[in-house]
Amino acid sequence: MERVEIRFKVNGDEVTVAVEPHWTLLRVLREELELTGAKEGCGAGECGACTVIVDGRAVNACLYPALEAVGREVVTIEGLSGPDGGLHPLQKAFVEKGAVQCGFCTPGMVLSAKALLDRVPEPTEDDIRTALAGNLCRCTGYVQIIEAVKAAAEEMKA
Amino acid sequence: MSGFAAVGKPLPKADAVEKVSGRTVYIHDLKLPGMLYGKIKYADRPSARIVSIDTSEAEKVPGVRAVITAYNTPEIRFGFLKDNTALKRDRVRQYRDEIAAVAATTPEAAEEAVRRIRVEYEDLPAVFDPEEALKPDAPLVHETDAKGRPLKDNRLRLPWRLEAGDVAQGEAEAVYIAEGEYETTWVTHCCMGTSGCIAVFDPHDNLTVYSNTQIPSLAKADFQEALKAMGLAGKRVRVVNAAIGGGFGSKLDTYAYEYIAILLAHRTRRPVKIVFDREEEFFATSPRQPTRIRIRQGCDAQGRLTFREISMVLDNGAYTSWGATTPTVMMMPASSLYRVPNVRFEAVCVYTNNTYAQAMRGYGTPQVTFAIECNLDELAEKAGIDPYELRRRNANQPGEVTPQGFRVTTCGHTECLDEVARRLDWSGKRGRAGGNGRKRRGVGMACLLHVGGGAKIYRSDGCGTLIKVDDFGNVDVFSGSMDIGQGLDTVIRQIVAETLGLPPEKVNVIVGDTDVCPWDVGVHASRSTFIAGNSALGAARMIREQILEFAGHMLEAPREILELRDGQVVCQEDPSKTVPLDKVLRRAHFAPSGNTMFMAAHFYEPDTKMLEGDFKGNYSCTYTWGCHGVEVEVDTETGHVEILRYVAAHDVGRAINPMLLKGQIYGAALMGIGYALTEEMIFEGGKLRNPNFRDYKILTVRDAVPVEPVIVETEDPAGPFGAKGIGEPGLVPSAPAIANAVYDAVGVRLRQLPMKPERVLRAIKERAGRE
Repeated sequence: MERVEIRFKVNGDEVTVAVEPHWTLLRVLREELELTGAKEGCGAGECGACTVIVDGRAVNACLYPALEAVGREVVTIEGLSGPDGGLHPLQKAFVEKGAVQCGFCTPGMVLSAKALLDRVPEPTEDDIRTALAGNLCRCTGYVQIIEAVKAAAEEMKA
Repeated sequence: MSGFAAVGKPLPKADAVEKVSGRTVYIHDLKLPGMLYGKIKYADRPSARIVSIDTSEAEKVPGVRAVITAYNTPEIRFGFLKDNTALKRDRVRQYRDEIAAVAATTPEAAEEAVRRIRVEYEDLPAVFDPEEALKPDAPLVHETDAKGRPLKDNRLRLPWRLEAGDVAQGEAEAVYIAEGEYETTWVTHCCMGTSGCIAVFDPHDNLTVYSNTQIPSLAKADFQEALKAMGLAGKRVRVVNAAIGGGFGSKLDTYAYEYIAILLAHRTRRPVKIVFDREEEFFATSPRQPTRIRIRQGCDAQGRLTFREISMVLDNGAYTSWGATTPTVMMMPASSLYRVPNVRFEAVCVYTNNTYAQAMRGYGTPQVTFAIECNLDELAEKAGIDPYELRRRNANQPGEVTPQGFRVTTCGHTECLDEVARRLDWSGKRGRAGGNGRKRRGVGMACLLHVGGGAKIYRSDGCGTLIKVDDFGNVDVFSGSMDIGQGLDTVIRQIVAETLGLPPEKVNVIVGDTDVCPWDVGVHASRSTFIAGNSALGAARMIREQILEFAGHMLEAPREILELRDGQVVCQEDPSKTVPLDKVLRRAHFAPSGNTMFMAAHFYEPDTKMLEGDFKGNYSCTYTWGCHGVEVEVDTETGHVEILRYVAAHDVGRAINPMLLKGQIYGAALMGIGYALTEEMIFEGGKLRNPNFRDYKILTVRDAVPVEPVIVETEDPAGPFGAKGIGEPGLVPSAPAIANAVYDAVGVRLRQLPMKPERVLRAIKERAGRE
């Protein structure tokens, strides 16, 4: 199939990728750019394991057409750590609050939470539940995930 | 607890930083040079003769390297009764039957090739209901067993029958008797990471399987059997685990797709990867089996249980995996949850043309506990005794031997009951809620009994550990067990760090590689903290003795006054002799007086009895209890059940890591609430109608319940630092606790799972119609 060259930003870096027009952003990230932190849990936008941030909004990369990414700014879990490699407060809180078990949903969960905190620095518990409603987790019962997001919001405020 | 440096601390999970950074490699993320992608062609019929398979068009797809069927590969039999084959020959018995498979250079080419495989079928009669399947004229799902001996009916030849005491006598002594029928349906694990593997042969025909199995050692043995069937007897097998995106029992057996990857890898001489998409994960992995349970139990005038009798029919599906053995575990609560002297339990597993069942968290106990605990509330009502009080009067006690022969050591049953009653304000709420409003509140409770110290359901329930220490005090622990997200990596780290007096980060736990890790029976039966923990503890103690013995010579101090603490060899009587551990280690290694390094190997086999024959005997080192209490609000106009409060009290022996332990309870409880209220696989004529997260409802964060875990520490003498297992218990009593609360709220007894709104509403309307 004829490939199309697209340019966009990933984690601050300009990238150019030749894609087949039907490819999803997830396919480009995982297969072409080897950013495997975004997971495919369902391929149908139902589980949120593939969540990345595009222009500040959390999206399901498994549904997001690669061609839509042209000129946009994408943040994946690999781009969340600081320049010194230190963890983002959300990542730190997920570690410290026990919000991680098998970890397959974790990158998507963290990025959905980040998109929320960037928009709403002091979220209510209901805000958190709404923002994470599209991210399924089978291990944790979500309790420690909610605690982690709250703790990160506190820390980022301080 | 006082006195511990690492045990009892809420340490973050050992691999959490990797996981939050997106660096953890799951099977989905793993690629090998030259790797091909495998894809499976499944049956289009639930029961049919295969007339022909035409793969010629599939072979023409560019990039296709192999197309295999049962007709051009050796037969690989697998499963508990060896009634399943990797690829099906002549006949299909369920929609998930594997007919053919393709290996191609891209996933797209493999998919296209599978689409082009043409199969001609001749339909055969099918049966989808286990009780229909037991009738004399039912079509046979299997005409012969694995050895070719003819079968007369669909009933599996499995001896699941337990009898203890005298049930007739117990019935005669009963003043009150409750009986009921309960039904549970298929639910599935819904691991967020789907199943998958990569198989690769070296030039000598030795096989490596990159896997996500919960049973590395048993999977290795299974694959060795497969090699034998392929004419490769004596070749080596290595099982290497990628990170596991959820287990919950789904990976306790080997599956056809793994054997297919092995066949394709051997045919193509290339690594072959098969990873399930979500739809396959739903229909081609094995769910928790459905049950129809009949139960009767009775008590005397004082509410003391006199007998319990349970019989059930289980839908085995078309082949046999561990699902068929779950009755051996159901016998545990059936015989021994509460003190009931006279017990009869009988289970029949039946072949049908439905999907075949396997193990899922709880291993049969969620089903049977639903029946026992709902029925107990019915008995309490007949006897006019408060359900909490009835439970308390019959609660298990330390020191008792149950009718099945379990030796109870520590037992927090009563404490768990009391915690739930107190926290829920049981006496203030039970029987008073309800009312006539649209939304009515009620409270309910249910208990559980589970193995807490391994379970000898296999000839060995053991686990091996190797430990080595480098010149700087870094410790590598090779455990036969596996981390599946539950935190085994962290628990082992804490146990070893505690024993060697080291900071936990000095301890590195390596699991999931059969070439370097010792044998273990697998991550099941909530056994890993207890069994792998005891194994690691034994190995760490050996290292400790080696180090202290050497240090004694080095410091000219008796061994007895030395200990390992804070990274030092501490001499309490003469602090001037205290030295950093790493100095001792280097002296041992490099000084001519030493010329040694510290290594240890320990295999821990629990002193328990394998269940066989009459199914009596002490098959776990210790047992664990719990009680869940719930307050619900039922909307009488929609049938919606809302959970207002949820208290989960568990006897855990000791919490090695309270944060991870709570994580097990939170996660299990929500899974149990899903089992109770929303989850069901809907099969129509053997076809799964809801193989996606839109139509199969696992609970989201919006549904998350504020579960209040209560940790009851009974400090079991057999457990590592007193710990018992906690992996499964948290979901076992959820459904009956909720059902009992719904009854308290609106007076309807729900006997079928899930208690979805339409069922609740129908029951409410039927009750209103009767009044």
